[in-house]
Formats: sequence, structure tokens, C-alpha cells
Amino acid sequence: MALKEKLHTLKEKYKGTKMAPAFNALHTFLYLPNETTHNGTHIKAADDLKRTMNTVIIALIPCLIFGMFNAGYQHFAALGTPVDFLSWDALYIGIIKVLPLVVVSYGVGLAIEFLFAVIKGHEVEEGYLVTGMLVPLIVPIDLPLWMLAVAVAFGVVIGKEIFGGTGMNILNPALTIRAFLFFAYPTWMSGDKVWVHGAVERDAQIASGANLDAISGETILGSYAQNSSVAYDYWDMFLGIIPGSVGETSKLLIIAGALFLIFTKVGSWRIMLSTVIGALAMGLIFNAFVDAGWIGETSKFYGLMSVPFWQHLIIGSILFGAVYMATDPVTASQTNKGKWIYGFLIGFISIMIRVFNPAYPEGVFLAILLMNVFAPTIDHYVIQANVKQRMKRLKAKVA
Amino acid sequence: MGLLSKKDSKLILDPLADNNPITIQVLGICSALAITAELKASIVMAISVIFVLGAGNVVVSLMRNIIPSKIRIIVQLIIVATLVIIVDLVLKAYAYELSKTLSVFVGLIITNCIIMGRFEAFALGNGPWKSFLDGIGNALGYGVILIIVGFFRELLGSGTLLGVPVLGDPIEKTGLYSIGYENNGFMLLSPMALIVVGLIIWVQRSRNKALIED
Repeated sequence: MALKEKLHTLKEKYKGTKMAPAFNALHTFLYLPNETTHNGTHIKAADDLKRTMNTVIIALIPCLIFGMFNAGYQHFAALGTPVDFLSWDALYIGIIKVLPLVVVSYGVGLAIEFLFAVIKGHEVEEGYLVTGMLVPLIVPIDLPLWMLAVAVAFGVVIGKEIFGGTGMNILNPALTIRAFLFFAYPTWMSGDKVWVHGAVERDAQIASGANLDAISGETILGSYAQNSSVAYDYWDMFLGIIPGSVGETSKLLIIAGALFLIFTKVGSWRIMLSTVIGALAMGLIFNAFVDAGWIGETSKFYGLMSVPFWQHLIIGSILFGAVYMATDPVTASQTNKGKWIYGFLIGFISIMIRVFNPAYPEGVFLAILLMNVFAPTIDHYVIQANVKQRMKRLKAKVA
Repeated sequence: MGLLSKKDSKLILDPLADNNPITIQVLGICSALAITAELKASIVMAISVIFVLGAGNVVVSLMRNIIPSKIRIIVQLIIVATLVIIVDLVLKAYAYELSKTLSVFVGLIITNCIIMGRFEAFALGNGPWKSFLDGIGNALGYGVILIIVGFFRELLGSGTLLGVPVLGDPIEKTGLYSIGYENNGFMLLSPMALIVVGLIIWVQRSRNKALIED
């Protein structure tokens, strides 16, 4: 308990000074606050915002660890010297590539959070705990660290702090960071070179005259968009042994995480389910187009439109987005009816962007950001409809 | 200032900072977003607006007593349009490449809200000398912001300033690029201009507490 006491003395020492929020944050992150409220009746619950955030992080850790193994596995498979999936070689590559992403994401993000808390004199907010974990999972493995740092700084300041911090932001900060990267450094965020560690390096070596085979880290979506066949079977896609962003490939672990979030009542099952329904609906519509013969095999949309509708769920990042991104309680719709509409449109628009826009091979993050913007509008109309209904009922009673 | 009285110099200096047309009155945003991807275009745009607004304010001020108030907007539009056409023709004659970059945006100076705003708010009620100073001041305030935004967008977006590479060659990988730096493509897109203007407003308001609204 030495640490606890030390933190406590530090906290007392800095009480009332500018640095106080920083020490308070460290203290309450590790331990329950030692102040109690004195007046009134209070319901005591253990699940404050920090515990909620920690629950999401626990749900994300399997994805992160899987991502490390997968990073190494894909690397060696692409080099032509495959190793076992669960091997030290694979994990080693994963650790040296993924851990720096995590460190930079948390380091830069939390530094900015602390800075803002000290300047503005409020307590440090917990929001970044989850964002910091999400960010490394949704970027390509070979992304240069300084780009990530710039993007995190942008995302935290523009996406969150200027609106007033956690709870006030209209856009999901993790997705703001990804969107910034996507538009600022497109060559590092899309294409067939960035998803497997080593592919970019190998290209540079070939360019400088080395006699090597190029690595193609073609994603499944990329192959479909070019109407070519895919080298992975459905089990690979479901288990996640495919190239992709660090942590979003394993659908099995995402579903496990989703069940954990639903069980602990941290994530909204309504949003998750309705996103999946939306995606399936759009997939079915596209399948119907193909079945009706409106889209021929020569069409550039044929590849993606003819994907069986359920398969859209196991390729790309739609499930990851549905479980961890769309459910962000701050930026999602608040009303239950609103959540159904919000989720459905996310799934629907994601698949629409995925199929129709070859420049954006994966539209999930764009769809979620778009619906983040519309979430308050959806809520407004849901509430107004409810008010109207009740007014009618009231009038009927009076009359 | 010896040349100008205190009141007159206020007319020029106020719009540069505390009453800036872009950051405080939030006028003229459209052109600030559209043409600031390059510093050169921003500078030319700033000079054009200084000319149009300075001259326009004087003309409107001279005519203020004979313009029937019912048709004053039309008269003002004709005055701006005349001046803008002069600017456009001069650019076409002496800086043809640049006038192609600016394309329709020179013509769109006509719709720049700052210009109509100053005509209505100032030139119609003040003498020509004061109107001239007011026009120059507001156009300078507009130009300063345009140049700041253009500076950052060109530097971070293309790695050049006025078309001259200052950070090294991105293809040959020299200078900053040799250590892995890359241009930020987002800077060249219009949303980033909006964010840069927003950041300027943020800095300005946090320095000057009088501007903070509840």
C-alpha cells in the first residue's frame, strides 16, 4: 500500500495548485477516491466512468494480442517462410511492431489530456483510455509512428477538447484520428502494401535494385473490388488470419468481446444488432441486383456486389466498427428507438460505401462518423414523436 | 502616427485584429476556404480585395448622397462588378497562369460578403477618406488571415512556399523527406482550411479575453 499512500500524500501536497488534476487523475485511476459525499442519499455503485472504460479495454485486449500474432504470421507468410500462427517468431514481430503503436497512441493522447486538464483546471477525463486502445487496432501495422502522433494530437484536440472534452464530443475521437490519417497520408492507409509488415520496405529494396519478390498484402476487399478471386476461405476470414488493420481481423474475438460488453451492460446490443441488420440488408439488396441480372460480370461493381450478403460481415471491419465504435455512448444516439435507426444506417451506409466507392475500400469509419453527426437529430425526432404521441393520449383522456 | 489621426489609424488597425472580418465577424469565409491551398493565390487574392474594397468604398462614399436607398444594393453591385472586372483583366494581361489558378474566384469577389458589408455598414454613412481607410483596413485584415492560412496549407500540404520547395524534394527524398517526413494531403482539402481558420480564432480569443462570449 506504499504506492497508495505516496499518491495520497502527493495529492494532498498539490491540492489547490495548478497541477492538482494530474495527481487526482493518477490517484483515482488506480484506487477508489478516498473522499465521500456527506449530504443526501446516494446510491453506491462501483461502476463509475473509469470502470466502464476499463471494461471496454478488457474486451479489446484479446483483439490486440491476436493482432500481434497475426502481424507476425502475415509477415512470414508473405516472405515465403511461413511459421505457426501461435509461435514466438510471430509474436515477436507483432510485439515490436504493435507495442510502439500502443505506446505512441497513449503517450501523445494522455499528454494532451493532462495538458488540457492542467490549463483549464478541471479533472483529467477518462475518455482517452478507450480511444488510446482503439487507435492502434484500427491502423495499418507499418504506419510511421510520427504520423500516428500527429493524428492523435489532431484527433484529441479537434475531435474532443475543443468541444469541451469527454462527453461533449460529437465525433468519435478514434475515428477522427483514423479519418485524419486516411485523408492526410492516403498512401500509408490504403492499397495493398501497408497491411503486411515488411511490404513497404521490400518495395523500397526492389526499387533500389535488389532482386526480390514483391510482397502483396492484398486485402480481401481489394481483391473483390478488382473482380479477382480471393485466396482465403471463410474460416480464415472468421478467425481473422488475413491481412488487415492490426486488431480488426478476428471476427471470433470481436464477437466474444461483444458478448462480454453486452453481458456487462457496457455496450448497447441494440446498436450492434441493428448495425449487423443494416449491413445484411444492404448486402441482400446488392445480391438481388446481381440475381436480377442488372449487374453483369463485366461491371466494376460485380466483384463486391456478388459477395454473398452474410459474407460482408466477415470481411473488412464492419463487425469491429459495430461493436467498439458505433456503440461509443457519447457519440451514439441516446434513445432506444434512435439506437435502432442509428445502427441500421451505419451498417447500410458502410456496405454502400464499400461497394460503390473504389477510392474508399472500407467505408465503415466514414459511415460511423456520418451517423455520429446525425445522432442528435435522430434523437430529437424520436423524442418529438414520443411527445406528440403522449399529447394525443392526454387529449383523448381529457375529452 | 503623424500621418493619421488617432481615430483614422483605428479604422485601419482595428480590422487587423480585434475586429477582423474573417475571425471575428466571420465574413468572407468561402474564398478563404477555396483559394488558400497556395500562398501565391492567397496573396494575389488579398491584393485584389484590397484594391476592390479600397476603391469601392471611396466610390460608394462619394455617391452616398445621390444613391436612392431603394436601389442601393444594385448600385453597389455595379460598382463592385466594375472594379472586379478591372482586376480580372489586369490579372489576365500580366499574370495569366495565376488568373487561371484563381479562375472563378476573382469573379466571385463580387459576392464576397466583406465588401457588401463594408459598403452598407460604413461607406454609406461616412466621407471618402474615412471610407478609404476603412476599406483598406478591412481588406488588410482579410488578407492577413488569407496569407496565414495559405502559408500553413502550402507549407504542410505541398512542402513549398510560393512554389519553391523549402522542405526538400519528396520524390528524391532530400531534406526533411530523407528522414521519413511526408506531405499532409489533408491540408490541401478545403475542410482543413476551415480548421486552420478555427485554430486562428481559438488562439485570438484565448489571448484577448474581451472577445470571449458566453
